[in-house]
Amino acid sequence: MYTLTNVTKTYVQSKRTITALKDVTLAIPDGQLVAIQGQTGGGKSTLLQMLGALDRPSSGEVLLADAALSALPDRKLAGLRAREIGFVFQGFNLIPTLSANENVETALAPLGLARAESRQRAAEALASVGLADRGSHLPAELSGGQQQRVAIARALVKQPRVLLADEPTGNLDEETRDEIMDLLEGMWRDRGLTLVIVTHDSAVAKRAQRRLHIKHGTVREAA
Amino acid sequence: MFATYLRRELTNRRKQSIIIAIGMALAIALVIVVNSVSAGVKDAQAAVLKSVYGVGTDITVTKPAQAPGQGTTANGPGRGRFDFGADSGDADSSTGSREVHQSRLESRPDAPVMASSALTRAKSVTGVAAAAGVLSLTNSTFDGTLPNFQQLREAREDRGGSGAAASTPAPTGGADGAGGSSFTVSSFSVLGIDPAGSDVGPLSATTLAKGRAFTKSDTGKHVAVLDTSYAKAADLALDDTITVGGTDFTIVGLVSASGSDATTASNVYVPLDVAQTLSGNAGKISTIYVTAASADDIAQVKTALEKKLPSTTVSTQADLASTVSGSLGSAGELVAGLGTWLSLIVLAAAFLIAILFTISGVTRRTREFGTLKAIGWSNRRVVGQVAGESVVQGLIGGVIGIAVGLIGILVVNLLAPTLSGTLGQNSTADAAGRLGRLGGAAGTTGAGGASAGGFGGGGAFTGAGPGGFTRQAAASTDVVLNAPVTLWVILIAVGLAVLGGLIAGAIGGWRASRLRPAAALRSVA
Ligand SMILES: Nc1ncnc2c1ncn2[C@@H]1O[C@H](COP(=O)(O)OP(=O)(O)OP(=O)(O)O)[C@@H](O)[C@H]1O
Ligand SMILES: [Mg+2]
Repeated sequence: MYTLTNVTKTYVQSKRTITALKDVTLAIPDGQLVAIQGQTGGGKSTLLQMLGALDRPSSGEVLLADAALSALPDRKLAGLRAREIGFVFQGFNLIPTLSANENVETALAPLGLARAESRQRAAEALASVGLADRGSHLPAELSGGQQQRVAIARALVKQPRVLLADEPTGNLDEETRDEIMDLLEGMWRDRGLTLVIVTHDSAVAKRAQRRLHIKHGTVREAA
Repeated sequence: MFATYLRRELTNRRKQSIIIAIGMALAIALVIVVNSVSAGVKDAQAAVLKSVYGVGTDITVTKPAQAPGQGTTANGPGRGRFDFGADSGDADSSTGSREVHQSRLESRPDAPVMASSALTRAKSVTGVAAAAGVLSLTNSTFDGTLPNFQQLREAREDRGGSGAAASTPAPTGGADGAGGSSFTVSSFSVLGIDPAGSDVGPLSATTLAKGRAFTKSDTGKHVAVLDTSYAKAADLALDDTITVGGTDFTIVGLVSASGSDATTASNVYVPLDVAQTLSGNAGKISTIYVTAASADDIAQVKTALEKKLPSTTVSTQADLASTVSGSLGSAGELVAGLGTWLSLIVLAAAFLIAILFTISGVTRRTREFGTLKAIGWSNRRVVGQVAGESVVQGLIGGVIGIAVGLIGILVVNLLAPTLSGTLGQNSTADAAGRLGRLGGAAGTTGAGGASAGGFGGGGAFTGAGPGGFTRQAAASTDVVLNAPVTLWVILIAVGLAVLGGLIAGAIGGWRASRLRPAAALRSVA
């Protein structure tokens, strides 16, 4: 699914240059469940941004299937994100003024579906994460675990090939963490997704097929 | 999605929406009211101009008014003076006092005369569709009783000689304390116009209320048309006789101003040639009324007229509008100055509020927009959402503003303030000058008349009644202010509201477009 070749990402902040990723070469096959671990500031989120077409590397090449993310213009990257990539965030990142159902629908907006179909698919996605009866609730009216379920529904409603999650359980208690991980793992298995999860939590990492470790921008395979 | 998201943002972030909308509403309401009232003031000025200059007058040509104190050549120095010789008036046989009645018709100091050949020359200017000449006059009437000065002198000499009480009863003091004289001085304005009629000129703005209008056959005849309100005030009716310049005129018609409550240009209208003869202004006129062939040519026609008629003042309607003074002039200045500035400032403030709130909104929603970009929203969609919210907020403000503005206009129209417009070049100074001159003239007359009879105390009535003179002589017109609502004002208001929203939206959208999608990954909200 992914092929990264000599990917380096540097941030220039005032006079300092921070190298967040250093010469990363990595391949992630289709349908793999990968966990990325590492200390704070190691470059986990930066790597996820490369995979998620949110940013371009300073040098090197990122291929999603055959698409060179490092070379595509912004407009194409946005289209790619809209169709192929689902995102789940640590802080859920739901739109506070929109209901659960409408939040899920935001992921379908760029696809130009008819209103009724979009609403229907959003309702189905919510049902698949166990929130069929919460569609009209605002995020503030939902628990953290429920909000993350809405976010997962939003990530998956477009039926992407890749799901990227940055500390999806970081804001949740242990019990809820396990529920969310069960849900993600189930989705991964049922849909044949490529799932990349950034996590601090070894209980989460343990479920992955493959574990990567990032330290000071350098990636290595963990045992 | 666009509409749903927009609606949710507006209703769920109500406070921000309300503040932006209120700011915009205030500004729009102010713009509407100021616009409408200033249109009303303009209408009122036009009504004043119309009542004085008539319909269709684009340009007037006059001689510049002279500074007070300089006499006119027409009547020689000492204009406005009444001369009473020893034999004037009818002697009362029992008391020896004299009934004096004198009526003078003369050109007005604010409207000096020029040769009527100017009219012919004006008509020859290209672009002049029609022109008419009129002669502006004031008729002053002195009516009263003078004491028998001969008798007074004898009585005084008797007293001096004998040192005893007078044997002949001395005349008792009159109402004015001047020793047996009592009189009234009154005046009205007279306009000599071409009886053959013209589409341009003061009478074109009037409607015939009673009787008939002038016809060509009235040339040379002693017939007069009166302003209805003047006739009422002077207690004159159709077929009555009015004395103008010592000559009796038959009142053949009464006119009133059409379309407004304004009075007409003059109290009395008479055939031009008669006015010229009676006032000693043969072959003279004081104002030329010009209609331009096309409204677009007015500036060129003005220049051509100025070239053709040097040493005259050529004024367009716009020039004339600026000479409307009085409460109407003040209202005009107030609306033009304060109103315009106030609405500009409030408008700028409203725009600024909308812009600042939109920017702070985008900043606060950095993660929200970053997330939308991360899940595939294009830049354009995000910018459109931000701009859409601002435009709708502006529109809501605009609609509320229009409602408030219309209520404001309704209040103005219900109050219907009456504005009084005085017309004339430098009207206040002119009126004051005229007042001073008339006062001086009356003083001179009184003293002169008395000394002719050898009576020293006659100066007592100096300055009596000039106030009345002035008020009648000045072309003052009352107009009720009516603030009109035009579709244009509403469209401009909506346009401004949308513009405000667009500016705020563009700036906010620009900020949103620069957000990186990676901002979604920021862990802190
Ligand atoms: N936009 C940016 N500008 C400048 N420096 C950045 C930026 N984003 C990340 N960095 C720096 O790059 C390095 C890697 O950051 P990254 O967010 O990838 O770490 P992380 O492994 O996700 O850490 P955490 O576990 O705290 O989320 C850090 O030193 C960080 O300060
Ligand atoms: Mg991180």
